[in-house]
Amino acid sequence: MTERKNLFSLENEKELDIAWCPGCGNFGILNILKNVLEEMEEITPNNFVLVSGIGQAAKIPHYFKNNAFNGLHGRALPVASAIKMANPELYVVAESGDGDMYGEGGNHFIHNIRRNVNITNIVHDNRVYGLTKGQASPTSQRGMVTPVQVNGVILNPFNPIAVAIANGATFVARTFVGDIKGAKEIIKKAIRHKGYALVDLFQPCVTFNKINTYAWFNEHTYKLGEEHDPSDKMKALELAFQEDKLPLGIIYEEKGKPTFEEQLTIYKENKDPLFKRNVDLNKLESFINSMR
Amino acid sequence: MKRTIKEEISIVLSGEAGQGIQTIERLLTFILKREGYYVFATKEYMSRIRGGSNSTEIRVSSKPVRSYTEGIDILMPLTKESVEHLGNRVTEETLIIADNESLKLDNKNIFDIPIISIAKEIGNTIYSNIVAVGVILGLFGIKTKTIEDYLRERFEGKGEEIVKNNIKAASEGYKLGKEFTDKGEIKVIIESDESLKDDLLISGTDAVALGALAGNCDSIFSYPMTPGTGVLIDLANFSKDFDILVEQAEDEIAAINMAIGGWYAGARSMVTTSDGGFALMEEGVSLAAMVESPVVIHLAQRPAPATGLPTRTGQEGLNLVIHSGHGEFPRLVFAPGTLEQAFEITQKAFNIADKYQIPVFILTDQFFVDSYYNVKKFDLSKIENKKYIVETDENYKRFDLSKAENGVSPRGIPNFGKGLVVVDSDEHDEEGHLTEDLDIRVKMVEKRLKKGEVLVEDYISPELFGNENYKYLVVCWGSNYNVVKEAIARIDNKDVAMLHFSQVYPLPDSTVKYLEKAKKVIDVENNATGQFAKLLRAETGINVDKKILKYNGMPFSVEELTAKIREELK
Ligand SMILES: Cc1ncc(C[n+]2csc(CCOP(=O)(O)OP(=O)(O)O)c2C)c(N)n1
Ligand code: SF4
Repeated sequence: MTERKNLFSLENEKELDIAWCPGCGNFGILNILKNVLEEMEEITPNNFVLVSGIGQAAKIPHYFKNNAFNGLHGRALPVASAIKMANPELYVVAESGDGDMYGEGGNHFIHNIRRNVNITNIVHDNRVYGLTKGQASPTSQRGMVTPVQVNGVILNPFNPIAVAIANGATFVARTFVGDIKGAKEIIKKAIRHKGYALVDLFQPCVTFNKINTYAWFNEHTYKLGEEHDPSDKMKALELAFQEDKLPLGIIYEEKGKPTFEEQLTIYKENKDPLFKRNVDLNKLESFINSMR
Repeated sequence: MKRTIKEEISIVLSGEAGQGIQTIERLLTFILKREGYYVFATKEYMSRIRGGSNSTEIRVSSKPVRSYTEGIDILMPLTKESVEHLGNRVTEETLIIADNESLKLDNKNIFDIPIISIAKEIGNTIYSNIVAVGVILGLFGIKTKTIEDYLRERFEGKGEEIVKNNIKAASEGYKLGKEFTDKGEIKVIIESDESLKDDLLISGTDAVALGALAGNCDSIFSYPMTPGTGVLIDLANFSKDFDILVEQAEDEIAAINMAIGGWYAGARSMVTTSDGGFALMEEGVSLAAMVESPVVIHLAQRPAPATGLPTRTGQEGLNLVIHSGHGEFPRLVFAPGTLEQAFEITQKAFNIADKYQIPVFILTDQFFVDSYYNVKKFDLSKIENKKYIVETDENYKRFDLSKAENGVSPRGIPNFGKGLVVVDSDEHDEEGHLTEDLDIRVKMVEKRLKKGEVLVEDYISPELFGNENYKYLVVCWGSNYNVVKEAIARIDNKDVAMLHFSQVYPLPDSTVKYLEKAKKVIDVENNATGQFAKLLRAETGINVDKKILKYNGMPFSVEELTAKIREELK
């Protein structure tokens, strides 16, 4: 274990000029993920890829030592999925903000749930756009006043948990950065889950979201107990719609559903990632010549 | 009216979508090619699945024919409307073969053939198409064995009964066709050449898809959009024999991001689309540029803006492609003119993209992807595919400036070697980490642009056809290769030559030399503003003297282009 301590830390970690505001929930997520990776023996900086989009949360790969793809706003999921499709030996986590994943990336969010590629999707849900200075995000509460929504948000908030379950996601969890132990455990399970796994992770934005503070999240969430059976889809949907107090934990989990990669014929017999393969030109020549 | 058709014939089939024109087209072209004729087929169609008026032109010749002609020697209409649809392409000279009992056409050149009742006799009206095929083959006096063999191969999977009925239908039609020639009413005299039997008969779509396979393409991510979809479908079909990851993305944005993700993990990915779909991919093009990822983009053009004319042809995507993506970075844009070129260029595109870590485009268009003709068998023995990915060591830096030769840093991929691969759409340092250091920014810009300078090594020069001491130079690009070539051959004037660009951006160095030599430069394009002519001026400072532009959604016909070029020689 000890030799894995700091395995995912950059050499210059101490001097890193981290772009987040003091007190931001992103720091907590950074520590949690780092601990999770250190604790998961099967993962190394080499066989792991962290993919993100754009935003404050999306900067997270730059504070890690592992493979990373920091792409475009909203586009983390297509990139992450394709990486896994091309090389199923890699562990792939797509991590970004709620604006990134649910707003700009909404279409990809829906369809990657359906695709069920074996990746993990961690969403830093601070219910606001951080990097662009405090506009409403899809998960912002009704009534929240922002520089753009000057009279308060009038849209209904996006419900990622319900959407994920409704679209057939096989692992849907919600957690809070204030609950370090709970979050760690959930992320670990999400990564080990076979198939697409969503972790909606509450993270206070101390600068732009004065409503959903640490205290607010503490007050408005509760942890699901042992009695919750995550395989119960109807119950899970019911929990997804609970608004007064938001449940934390694995809300829905279904085991054994085949992943995207498992269903691809290209991996049925040959498990090699694509980069190890070459077209057989002789075979191709006779194939082409049959087009007469 | 008695008619003798020599050396070359143009047969047009026309009818509603869903009437099986494609089946006739396919059977005729394959059988005629096997019998040793040069064949060319091109279709025009409406954006609908049933009804409307569509047509296919099949040219059969004793010499290579590879472009669209207006003239129709034999018309086979399947509906009454289709004759009207073809307008003044149907002339006094056009012979119409039709089941006139059902069509009731009013034309003096009709050969009335009871196609439907013959089919009914055989058992089902679905055999009408095959009877029609038989009639045409009868005019040619094709060996019945060639026909039977082909029909057998084609319908074998459907059981002996179906094979027999098809052969019967064809031979009944054949007899009728033969009767016409025996009576001397139509005489088709076209020499055949046994050796053509071995040629391939492929479409532009096939050429691109096969080129991709030959270029070691292992994955395609795309969202359907006519006319680019064919390449996606082809590769999906090929995936039964070859390992190809085929995924229909949720949209074009996802498609190109997936392709880039694929390359990041070591795959060789492509996307195929049309202008409107590509507009959505632009963001991904600049991502590829920034993270220095290879990516191969096939764009089959159709008339735009917006949804344009979905099933028609045009060359309006050039500006879009050369200016696509924000920021400054190098790219290569190819526009093959022939099927052979499309195959070679697409194969090459994967290696060039990989070598320079840049986006490489293959620009075709509806006319190009939907046309097919016979080509010599491809020789793959000289094909070399090189994967440029490197095994990394612990000190690996993705954008290492010290290791960058001509701006190209060795490209590692995750979990191949000891190094880590970090890429970022933000400006980044050598390790790939986000930076706002403005000195590094300048170095990275210069690094990326530097690649553009060395691309020259892989440039494809324009091809000159005709006398080297030309006075008139007809300049074209992409799919206009064959029609310009044929027009110039018809004009047969040693002062006229054709210069075709299959690399349209950046312009190959020899461009200026060619243009300067001409007394008059005539530009031929399928758009309304002369996009390529403008590019020529922007890049070389040389103005073309005359533009021949067509933008009604149809390709140039040999006749019209010949006339238009002739006009310019006065
Ligand atoms: C295509 C595009 N549109 C807009 C932006 C500007 N932008 C950057 S981050 C962001 C919102 C990020 O919000 P969220 O994902 O919630 O992340 P946070 O910053 O709150 O962590 C926006 C709109 C962009 N970079 N790219
Ligand atoms: S703006 Fe908000 S989310 Fe971004 S770093 Fe600051 S506190 Fe964190």
